[in-house]
Parts: sequence; C-alpha cells; structure tokens
Amino acid sequence: MSPSTLLDERAEARPHPRQEAAARARAASPRRRRAVSLGRGLAGIVSLALVWEVAPRLGLVDRYFIPPLHVVLGAWWDMVLSGELRTHVQASLGRSALGFSLAVVIAIPLGAAVAWYRPVRELLQPVLEVFRNTAALALLPVFTLILGIGETSKVAIVTYACFFPILLSTIAGVATVDPQLLRSARVLGLSPVTTFRKVVFPAAVPTIFTGIRIAGAAAILVLIAAEMIGATAGLGFLINYAQFNFLIPKMYAGILTTSLLGLAVNYALVALERRFSRWRP
Amino acid sequence: MSARIVLEGVGQTFLVRGDDDRQLREFVALDGLELTIEAGEFLTLVGPSGCGKSTVLDLIAGLTAPSSGRLSIGGTPITGPGLDRSVVFQQYTLLPWRTAQANIEFALEAKGGLDRATRGEVARRYLDLVGLADFAGRYPHELSGGMKQRVAIARSLSYEPEVLLMDEPFGALDAQTRERLQEELVQIWRRTGTTVVFITHDIEEAVFLGQRVAVMSGRPGRIRTIVETQLDHGGEEGFDVRGTPAFAAHRHEIWSLLREQEHAAAPAATEQQEVHRVA
Repeated sequence: MSPSTLLDERAEARPHPRQEAAARARAASPRRRRAVSLGRGLAGIVSLALVWEVAPRLGLVDRYFIPPLHVVLGAWWDMVLSGELRTHVQASLGRSALGFSLAVVIAIPLGAAVAWYRPVRELLQPVLEVFRNTAALALLPVFTLILGIGETSKVAIVTYACFFPILLSTIAGVATVDPQLLRSARVLGLSPVTTFRKVVFPAAVPTIFTGIRIAGAAAILVLIAAEMIGATAGLGFLINYAQFNFLIPKMYAGILTTSLLGLAVNYALVALERRFSRWRP
Repeated sequence: MSARIVLEGVGQTFLVRGDDDRQLREFVALDGLELTIEAGEFLTLVGPSGCGKSTVLDLIAGLTAPSSGRLSIGGTPITGPGLDRSVVFQQYTLLPWRTAQANIEFALEAKGGLDRATRGEVARRYLDLVGLADFAGRYPHELSGGMKQRVAIARSLSYEPEVLLMDEPFGALDAQTRERLQEELVQIWRRTGTTVVFITHDIEEAVFLGQRVAVMSGRPGRIRTIVETQLDHGGEEGFDVRGTPAFAAHRHEIWSLLREQEHAAAPAATEQQEVHRVA
C-alpha cells in the first residue's frame, strides 16, 4: 500500500543500513510509485486544458476574450512556423540569461565575503533587507532614466532583481555552517582559505541554490514586465503588442510561452541543484 | 613514535554572564591542573558533568589557549592544532556531502603529500579497520549513528596522529553499539600504538578502556586522583572483562571518589561558587 497523506509518507518505516546491506539493496523508491505520481500530475494538466477548451465553447466565458485552447495553440504554432516566436524568445532569454549570470557572478562572492566577516555582515544586513524588499519594478523608471530605454536598462533590472535573493541566501548559507564542521577543520589544521573551499562553501551550496531558484523566477518575471514598458522585441513586448491590436489568441500564445519558459528555467535549476546536492537525504 | 603530553599548572577561566544580575563574571573552569600522559598509553578522564573535561581536551587539541600554566607534547609547547593530534567529538562531524570514504580522504588531503589513488587506498584500509569496507560509497545520512562514529574514528586514525583525543565519542550511541565500539577501540589502540585520551562521564566505560583513569573534581577542575587499572582484556573469545572482580572493584573505587566529591561539595555551596565579580 502506498502512503497517501504527507504524514504517512514521512513517517514510513525504513530499514537500518545494516539490514539494507544484508538484503544487498538500498531502500529504493519503487518505480511504480513514481509512475503513479507522474500520471496524477499529468491528469491535473489535462483537466486544466480540458476546462480551457470546453468552457469557451459552452459559452461559460466569452469566446472572444478567452478563446478555446485549440485556437490559442493554433496561433502559437503559426508563430513557431513563421519564426516570430523564436525572435521574441531569443530576445527575452538572452536578456534574462545575461542579467541572471551577472547577478550570480557578483552576488555569490560578495555574499560569501559579507558573511565571513561578522562586523561587515551586521553592518550590511539591514541595508540589504531594505533593498531586497524594494520591488525591482518600482525602480524600473530609475533604471530607464539613468541607463536609457535600450538593452542595458533591461539587463540591469534583471540583474538587480536576481542579485538580492542570491546575495542573501549566500550570506545565510555561509553564516549558518555547522560550527562542529568548522571545529573539525581546525583540528585538521586547515587554512582559512581551504576551510572555506572545502567546508564552508559546499555546506552553503543548498542554501545558495534556494536563492538561485528564486532569482531564476524573478529574472523572467521582471523582464517580461520591463519588456512591456519599452521594447521592440521579447515576450513581454509580444504579449502587450498583441493585446493592443486585439490579437487575443496571439496574446495567450505569448503568455503560454512565458509559462513554459518559466517552467523550463525552474526545472533546469532544480536539476542543477540536485546534481550538486545529491548527498542530502 | 608517540610523544608524552605534560600539563603543568593549567588554569582556564571564561567570562560568563550571570543568570540573575547579567554581570560579566569570571568563571574558573580549570585551576592548577597537573597531568602527564605517557606515550602510547590509554588514559581515560572521568568527572562530574561541568567539571571541565572537555576544556582539558580542547587545550590539548590546541583549539583554545590556557589562561595560565603550560602544555607540551614531546617537549614542545602546544600553541595550536596540529596533525600530531586528532579529535573525535561526541557529535558526528562528518562532511554530509562526502561519502564515508571521501570523508576519510578529506583528512588525508589536509595532511597532504599523497596522490589521489593513495588517498583512496588508505581511506579504504581504515574503513576496513573499523568494519565499514562495504559502506565506502554511502553518504553520512545513509549511515547509522554508530557507523558515523566509526567513520569519524577511521578518519582520525587515517593520518596517523600520535595522539587520539576523544570527547565522549560514544555518548550518543545505544548500549550494545557502544560496547562493541569500546572493544574495537581497545583492539585498534593495541594495533596502532597511538596514545589515546578518552573523556567520558561513564565510569564503566572509563574502567573498561583506560590503563589509567584520571578522576577529575569540579569547580574548579583539577585532577583528583589517578587510578591504575591495567585490566587484562584477554585475547580469547567470550572473555568478559566487565564480569571480573577487578573490574567491579575499580568501578566501585571511582564511583566512591565521585560520590565523595558530591557530598563534599553540597554543604560548601558558597565556596563552590568560585566566581569573582569582574566589573
């Protein structure tokens, strides 16, 4: 019987490692259970698609404002064929990837440095909290004012939005490393640099990844909004442009694409995270 | 190969904040502690909780410096941690992102001078020594408490320190696992000839393991007596040293020493608070 509630699932009995060894097996999650959970997830998606298709046909919602799914998918496919979608996705993806990478490259070393020195950490933490809680989009006019309406301001706002989650999670990850691990590093006579490289940083990686995932979502979110305000290409531009011109199916196709893009980014980051934290239970 | 450790007139004071008046006070953890640990011996240190046992270990490990007195190993003063001494803590201090084998390799990397293949080989040899050869590829979360502590012991031994310092390493284990690990530790000590300083609050453990048992008194921490036990652990299978009259006698002797202290301390509660107001 497979556990159905969260409580059953987490409180399940497990064999002692010696028993596992005796059975020459690891407590493996059965393949069947994975298939079932995948099937259920798929069923959820299919139901959503059905509702979208059927509700406009039955007249439950206005067909003109919310066209049936097949119309939207048709518009989407046309854009794929004409290469229009590719241009927009490329523009958006390029900007968010650049902004996101910049944030990663700056925020991780900076966060590590801030966390390493307690006075610096205590000095900067409140300031950083203020910045983090300032919505990136609220600063968009400022960025446009200073950096102009071109690519720079869009990349900059993505970097800004990605920067704080990564920075704060790096600080948290580095500052909360198990003191016992640091003690054993000292017993082994490791230098501070080696201790950082071999103990502190690996220990902080899972926490840092939490920030990276938040940043990944923020990168797309903020970029779409920025593109809606001033751009000539990109998914945000596409959605806004389609709406202005009453190309409703095209608008939904654009929205659908941003969802897919968001999903893809999140899954890629989760996969990467798993790759780096295979050691976690 | 091993070196003698000498502690002369060692004192250690900490600044602590009082419970009732939030004043900074000086807390005397150790005062005038004298102890000599001979090369290659197995010394256990028992005492009531809070008597400063772990402080003694931290001092020998070089993790803290004493407020007064001198510590030396093989004639050289102890100024900091070194690879001639290794420590096994009560909490398992394995790196959770490394497998059992890689955790041992971690210590060998710190020591340096070995290539990757040799490190792996040495790590597997020591895993075998603690009976975990089949678990080399497991991560700490896939091991039981006893196994984790075995890996920690293997790691401490892997770089061949002269002194193995152990701070209640078996405190968190169940009784059977603890007894088995105690027996294994005695075997390992015999085989390697490493000096072992083992801290515990468990009298039976102290008597079973130690050639000598140093009994500490608390507040301030001092060595009260050293009991020579020198029990014959016997080579033959099925011999239970814990059942011998000699074992019982030593157990009782140390138990009485610790009990006496408690009675002596109770009426002298005012004197017990050797805590001075600093400012």
